[in-house]
Amino acid sequence: MTAGPTTDPRAAAAGTATPPKRRGTELALLGFAVLITLVAQAIVDLTVTGSLTTELATFGLWFTALWTVAHLVVRRWAPYADPLLLPAVALLIGLGLSFIHRLDLAARQAGSTVSREDAPVQLVWATLGLVLFVGVLLVLRDHRLLSRFAYTLALIGLVLLAIPAVLPASLSEVNGAKIWIRVAGFSIQPGEFAKICLTVFFAAYLVDKRDVLALASRRVMGLELPRGRDLGPVLVAWGLSILVLVFERDLGSSLLLFGIFVVMLYVATERASWLVIGLGLFAGGALIAYQLFGHVQQRVDSWLDPFEYYDGSGFQVAQALFGLGTGGLFGAGLGGGRPDQVPVAKSDFIAAAVGEELGLFGLVAVIIVYLVLVERGLRTSLIVRDAFGKLLAAGLSFAIAWQVFVVLGGVTGLLPLTGLTTPFLAYGGSSLVANFVLVAVLVRISDAARRPAAPTGPPKPALGDAPTEVVQT
Amino acid sequence: MNAPLRRVAISVLVLFTLLIVNVNVIQVVRSEELRSDGRNTRVLAEEYDRERGSIVVAGTEIANSIPTDDRLTYLRQYANGPVWAPVTGYYSLVYGNVQMERAANGVLSGTDDRLFVRRLADLFTGRDPSGGDVVLTTDPAVQETAMAGLEGVTGAVVALDPSTGAVLGMASTPTYDPNQLSSHEPAAIREYSDQLDSLEIDPRLNRAIDARYSPGSIFKVVVSAAALASGEYTSDTVVPAPDELTLPQSTSTLENFGGSACDPSGQQSLIDALTISCNTAFAQLGIDLGEERVREMAEAFGITGEGFDIPLTVEGSTLGEIENDAQLGVSSIGQQDVQLTPLQAAMIASAVANDGTLMSPYLVDQVRAPDLSVIDQTDPDELGEPVSADVAGELTEMMTSVVENGSGRRARIPGVTVAGKTGTAENAGPDHNWFIGFAPADDPQIAVAVFVANGGGTGGDVSAPIARDVMQAYLDGQGG
Repeated sequence: MTAGPTTDPRAAAAGTATPPKRRGTELALLGFAVLITLVAQAIVDLTVTGSLTTELATFGLWFTALWTVAHLVVRRWAPYADPLLLPAVALLIGLGLSFIHRLDLAARQAGSTVSREDAPVQLVWATLGLVLFVGVLLVLRDHRLLSRFAYTLALIGLVLLAIPAVLPASLSEVNGAKIWIRVAGFSIQPGEFAKICLTVFFAAYLVDKRDVLALASRRVMGLELPRGRDLGPVLVAWGLSILVLVFERDLGSSLLLFGIFVVMLYVATERASWLVIGLGLFAGGALIAYQLFGHVQQRVDSWLDPFEYYDGSGFQVAQALFGLGTGGLFGAGLGGGRPDQVPVAKSDFIAAAVGEELGLFGLVAVIIVYLVLVERGLRTSLIVRDAFGKLLAAGLSFAIAWQVFVVLGGVTGLLPLTGLTTPFLAYGGSSLVANFVLVAVLVRISDAARRPAAPTGPPKPALGDAPTEVVQT
Repeated sequence: MNAPLRRVAISVLVLFTLLIVNVNVIQVVRSEELRSDGRNTRVLAEEYDRERGSIVVAGTEIANSIPTDDRLTYLRQYANGPVWAPVTGYYSLVYGNVQMERAANGVLSGTDDRLFVRRLADLFTGRDPSGGDVVLTTDPAVQETAMAGLEGVTGAVVALDPSTGAVLGMASTPTYDPNQLSSHEPAAIREYSDQLDSLEIDPRLNRAIDARYSPGSIFKVVVSAAALASGEYTSDTVVPAPDELTLPQSTSTLENFGGSACDPSGQQSLIDALTISCNTAFAQLGIDLGEERVREMAEAFGITGEGFDIPLTVEGSTLGEIENDAQLGVSSIGQQDVQLTPLQAAMIASAVANDGTLMSPYLVDQVRAPDLSVIDQTDPDELGEPVSADVAGELTEMMTSVVENGSGRRARIPGVTVAGKTGTAENAGPDHNWFIGFAPADDPQIAVAVFVANGGGTGGDVSAPIARDVMQAYLDGQGG
């Protein structure tokens, strides 16, 4: 639905003519994203401090260099990649950086004793993310290679997921959620990486098993229900998400992982019954968790009426709602609001800052940029030829969509609060780096999807015996 | 797999639409509600970014905003804060705003409709929007004399211009420093507030309008008015004035102040009864007039039980429930459940002074735009005519007698005829001491009510001298 007429995949697939690579479009859009970011940064500096700083020039050069490199790498190593993915990401990261910078300035004005500025740190994380992005594109020449490491990745994913639960609270707990690894001043949220590893595994696993899961069924009340013994995988995934919920007190990751799995299962099997079963299982699990755990009850209560719990658990959401309401249609203008009144505005609640200062229009624009990113990813999934690529692209795209929905829903009081971060926009190194990797994989798949069917066939069909060689080519 | 993929794509669209609809609800539908929520400090912060208008008395700003280097741009400051605190109130980050700062907030903050055109102009010219000024009717000499007179006691003074209803002074003690509640440091504000809280008597209560007290004998003016207005009495009508009155349908008796006799004959003229404040005479008079006439007269003077705005909110004064003649008798000498605000007491004196016409009290003379152009001027407004000019004349004569020959001697001003009435009201603690009056009696310029809570003396000893000083200060200032 977001496709332009000139990128018709069927025309490309037909292979009669060389399809347009559209790298020029990407460059122009990237330039636009960079321009918006720089203007936003300049406005922030001018309205908050009254003058432009030399840091702005440094930032401008660095930020421009970042996306120039990204573009050149894509142009050289993924020339057929979807031209909208990278600009959407650039715009979101740029806006995020501007708002983090804006909140830095607010903290500086308030005379905060914490003199650390987060925007430069985030820029360093973005740079690291870009290095990984380039690395993935260089090393992973064909996304299908990933399926060979599916079980390894699954293991890595599970270990990453389990580490915070096993670690003592002092090394893993921030604000009540045990989802961190805190070493030497750095905090890593391994769940963000686990999300990608497990999505790759789900894709590979489901490609393998989808026939079994799809065919054997019986019909009950209009639904094609699977056989009891085929319920195994979904039950395992469910159990896993419940474990995350219980041991890490992390409703967000739990909801995210289970959601991704159920949707991929549905796409793989084309059976809506999986959705119903998944939904039922999660609802049941959530209900039990609500009965058993005080922190879940608290989350739900403060979600239903944040103002009643204003002095406690509802404070954050109430402040976010005040910010959004005060922002109204057009917002207070960059630097004109008080987004620093919302606790942890830089990470969890950055969307509230966007809504307060850029207003309804700004916030909806950001939501639509996410929508563009997700729908381009799903479109990639539609046109890519291999089943694994299809499932993987669908899983990764849906991961972004689901995460954005859960986070923004939490910030705006539509859903209970979760500990998830707003992809690309929010302050947080692990999230940013992990999502860069996610986009790199999507770019790689979209390159394969839009590449004209090569007469030479898939690039490296016979390298199964020597996977380490692949890495070096 | 493409069919479910398309469905997933559509589902994502639906989810995001949900988000967008929800954001619309918050930022458009609920915007005003969230913006104006008292807990939303953003609007307050925005208010502090704007130059708040001044509160002006006789050409001098008693409250104004000065620019600072703080995060909150403007600081509210009060010149002579403790003296004007009952009028200005405070403008606090922590505790909100009260009194004039609250009542005139629209004008002061610049959001009032009367400043709309100005705001629109600001938008186009890029001028920083600022609030309008409020010019008060008060007289600095009256206010300062009243506050000085009340120093050391708990009480209130209200002075009115009888011909217009303009409030000339509104004092309440003990007082506080509004500057300390209006600073930019929440911790210091809280500390000062805690300090005020720890006092036995709350200085933030404006006793002139926020509290009601038993009026005692000053209420006899209202009963006298009811008697004269009935046509059955004149000031010379002789009424029973026994040493002791047995209240109807009861065994309890009512005595005069200090158990003294009003008149050896057991009866005296109405004017004499008022002059010496004879309790038994007025209790019997009230009973003879009946509840209806007493209550009607009280309501005509403004004692309706309902509050009103001047624009500060004034508590409603009341007679309370009167269940039988015994209670009516006690009510007629201003005891039982009769409760008046000092402002209401001043209104009684004011109506008598103004030939029986009660003017609506008001505190704001002008509203000015930031460029000092007058955008609103208060016109005096009649509230009613409780008594005719003739009756008012007779009451004036009687009240003059009180000051000349009776309990109000200490309110006398050399060279000026003063009319007045004292009150000493019994309550749980030591007696409340009242004085209401006006001067000059033949051409009233100022009407006052002085209230001293639990003064322990008599209205004539404690309150009349304060009233005298306040009236004299005003008359001196008028060149009289």
